[in-house]
Amino acid sequence: MFVPPAFGRALFGAAVSLILASVLQAQEKPYFVTYSTDLEEPGNLEIALKGLTASPKDANAFVSPTIELEYGATAWWTTEVYGQGQATENDSTVFTGFRFENRFRPLPREYFVTPVLYVEYESVSNADKSILEVTGHDGIASFQVNNAQSHPIVEHSLESKLILSSNFKGWNVSENFIAEKNLSNEPWEFGYSLGAARPLTLNASPRRCTLCLQNIDAGAELYGGLGTRYSFGLGQTSQYAGPVFDFRTPAGVTYSFSPQFGLNDNSVGTLWRFKISYEAQQIRDLFKSSSKRNAQ
Amino acid sequence: MNLRNFVVAAAAILLCSSSLLVAEADGKWLARVPDEDRSRVNPFAGQAKAGAAGKVIFDENCARCHGADANGIHNRPSLRSERVRHATDGQLAWMLRNGNPYKGMPPWNSLPEQQRWQVITYLRTLPPAGVPGGKP
Repeated sequence: MFVPPAFGRALFGAAVSLILASVLQAQEKPYFVTYSTDLEEPGNLEIALKGLTASPKDANAFVSPTIELEYGATAWWTTEVYGQGQATENDSTVFTGFRFENRFRPLPREYFVTPVLYVEYESVSNADKSILEVTGHDGIASFQVNNAQSHPIVEHSLESKLILSSNFKGWNVSENFIAEKNLSNEPWEFGYSLGAARPLTLNASPRRCTLCLQNIDAGAELYGGLGTRYSFGLGQTSQYAGPVFDFRTPAGVTYSFSPQFGLNDNSVGTLWRFKISYEAQQIRDLFKSSSKRNAQ
Repeated sequence: MNLRNFVVAAAAILLCSSSLLVAEADGKWLARVPDEDRSRVNPFAGQAKAGAAGKVIFDENCARCHGADANGIHNRPSLRSERVRHATDGQLAWMLRNGNPYKGMPPWNSLPEQQRWQVITYLRTLPPAGVPGGKP
């Protein structure tokens, strides 16, 4: 696994900062690509570092960190900003772009299958290696281009997702259908993502504990491209699947991990994903007067 | 859109959203609870261990909005009010599952159902509003 020294220090610093932080935990699913219909609680801010490292065939190893700031604007609207970059062995380290996403809950209650709508604007260079989703004919060839050639090309895209989730007997099953349009003259690209996960136990413990089974979620994820408007299907796409795990600490930090495996020759062999997230609850209350803040 | 414009737009959206953040609860949701949900029975009712577990969940997920003593903060409703005390366990379970998104309450069906019942068990141990305390 390739970790450049600068990134290693940054990751270590972020991890220590998050561990030292002391706020409460949020319930979230362990998926890396799939969205469930869970939105950020209104007023909460989640700060996350999501990373990916891999050694693609016939290409240099890389690590790609993504910083996420996710804010619960209301109980039916979550907005999020991403900044992302990558460092490639024997090449360079580059900032690859940003994304601005919004998720909306259109219905006022839960159903057996609950929908959420997702809209995102992204301005990302071709050097991006974050694989936050797979659409169109994304594949291993893009990892074989050096940064000097790929980084100057910046794509501006709009991406929409239909997110569906069901919760029953502790399981969450989520399905995402992705449609992405490069704002230049390129066809619509499509993709999908599926995930299923549940906590290791459904009853909470009456004592506060760190290594309780209720704090650990496990599941699996499957995702890939579905081609474009003119070449819809699985041909010449990349597909991945793998187990997902997360562990919530009482200090409020969640650690997630997933090895994900390419399912065809157009995919990277193994992706190693990790995420550290921290949720600051009710940050908007900090902007209210102290008298109001203390009022009950 | 350059980065500066993007940051300004994002900040404006966040600020504008503040007016949408908190809406006072009015209790109208009680009338929307279907009969079959209203009459559901809490499998943990009266169990001290479940109440203790519910307090842990409450402290981790609910206290920041409803207050550590569940009396409510910043126009967010008290969970020791007469309205909550008179609601059936089934009605509270329905509210925890569905939330009331347009009034500021998110759904909590990301918590397993058993844990939502444990929270309700804890809420039943709380004294009425205005009475200090609240530990099971």
